[in-house]
Amino acid sequence: MFKRWDKDIKPSEITPEASFLNRRQLLQGAVAAGLLPSIMSSVEAATIPANGTFEGVTKWSGSTTEKVNSFQDITTYNNYYEFGTGKDDPAANAHTLKPSPWSVQVTGAAGKTGTYTLEDILKPHALEERIYRHRCVEAWSMVVPWVGFPLGDLLKRFEPTSQAKYVQFFTLNDRAQMPGVRYPVLDWPYREGLTIAEAMHPLTMAVVGLYGKVLPNQNGAPLRTIIPWKYGFKSTKSIVRIHFTDKQPETSWNMAAAQEYGFYSNVNPNVDHPRWSQASERRLGTGLFAPRIPTQMFNGYTDQVADLYRGLDLVKNY
Amino acid sequence: MTPRWVVVTKVGIWAACLTPLVLLILAGAGVYGSLGANDVETILNVCGKTGLNLLMLTLSVTPIRRSTGINRLVLLRRLLGLFAFFYLVLHFLTYALLDLGLLYPLIYGATALGISPSQQLLADIAERPFITVGFLGLVLLIPLAVTSTHGFQRRLGRRWAKLHRLVYVVAVLGVVHYWWQVKSDTDVAEPALYSLLLAVLLGVRLHHRSVNAKAAVAAANAGVQPPQPREKASH
Repeated sequence: MFKRWDKDIKPSEITPEASFLNRRQLLQGAVAAGLLPSIMSSVEAATIPANGTFEGVTKWSGSTTEKVNSFQDITTYNNYYEFGTGKDDPAANAHTLKPSPWSVQVTGAAGKTGTYTLEDILKPHALEERIYRHRCVEAWSMVVPWVGFPLGDLLKRFEPTSQAKYVQFFTLNDRAQMPGVRYPVLDWPYREGLTIAEAMHPLTMAVVGLYGKVLPNQNGAPLRTIIPWKYGFKSTKSIVRIHFTDKQPETSWNMAAAQEYGFYSNVNPNVDHPRWSQASERRLGTGLFAPRIPTQMFNGYTDQVADLYRGLDLVKNY
Repeated sequence: MTPRWVVVTKVGIWAACLTPLVLLILAGAGVYGSLGANDVETILNVCGKTGLNLLMLTLSVTPIRRSTGINRLVLLRRLLGLFAFFYLVLHFLTYALLDLGLLYPLIYGATALGISPSQQLLADIAERPFITVGFLGLVLLIPLAVTSTHGFQRRLGRRWAKLHRLVYVVAVLGVVHYWWQVKSDTDVAEPALYSLLLAVLLGVRLHHRSVNAKAAVAAANAGVQPPQPREKASH
């Protein structure tokens, strides 16, 4: 059981945002004045903190104001089939995952391919907390305060070429760390893909934490993606490889059941799953007697993302 | 007089069968345990699986009785069957009332929801094969539950046994409902296990019938009366 104080405190609550900014300005000013060596200007650089709690996380202005789900709900009810197919399996089994040391292989149509350590990957990025709606294809949803940065900022550093029309992501596939991959439930490793425009979209996040803390193993430590207008399975947990390609890449659930899980998998109340309705969803944590809520087109992010799909038949391209 | 062991066993069955419900209520009230993040799904799953388990147990009574020769086991069958029905009704009510919110328009007002639960229910039953199949199974159980009394058993005579063979259809529908509900063809260990169990339970009966039929033919060839099955309503 989680203690009360584990749940609710965000670093941004401990230190008011104004103090962050002041401190930063102070340091920048000090650097500019030559009072401090210039290396100190990298105070914003993201690292995985040893004590498990991020510092200097700014709050993104676009966050939803809906009630945020508890840390308990977010970390004990999710799908991560590499640790078992039950919703509580990831929380029970993911302790065997070793998120450090970690490295990510970058391959395909990019100028700077190669293997990068997690530290290399995070270094230049400032972390922010973004509260997004999270809609599972199974018709339940949560509201989650993710910690991360725009994925596009990371992908740009690898200098994708004009051939890079799509990006594919791979999850770790290691029997020693993941009991679930002994069973051929999916064609391991888990893989997902986005068009380059989707991957570069400012809402698409590279995530390293939630609730101001380092991402728990069961939620995809140490690095995952979040694409808030798509069903949850379109994001990739515990990423070990990023591949730029000119062809629409293979994606795990599409490989398992193409007629049920399309490449796009945008949240869409008008296109039902063949076996259940997507018109409404159960918002977890709202109580036993709370009604389902209507599902919103693009999970409520239509204004930001509809342009990506102009002229595309969203019924055919589900 | 009902033998003492039957009374004791029946009390045990009542206690065992009510345990899942009591645990759900304690968890829901926050007294003991927890329904988890998706409370409605937990209730739905516990009731559905308990109902299916009890249905399988009901179907196991006759093969166990035949192989052990403890004929009085049949006295427990109705109780197990009725508890199966009870949990499957709760399973349906959880889906209709809590998940879809059939009563929500009364509580929150029809316009607050943006979706009509009653229309969704009808659409689900008509269009979602796994719900159609599950609903059909539950509907077919109703006449069996109603006619489970001694009175009906006596009044219907041979037709009672025939009617109650519907339980095979219900069990098959229940397992199909479970297969079609899982997210994809990837998560099938449990439905596969139920299918296997059901196949064994039905296979045992077919084998029993063919053995009996052969015995009847052999007896007829030998010019003697075929042995009557020792019991009627043999399923």
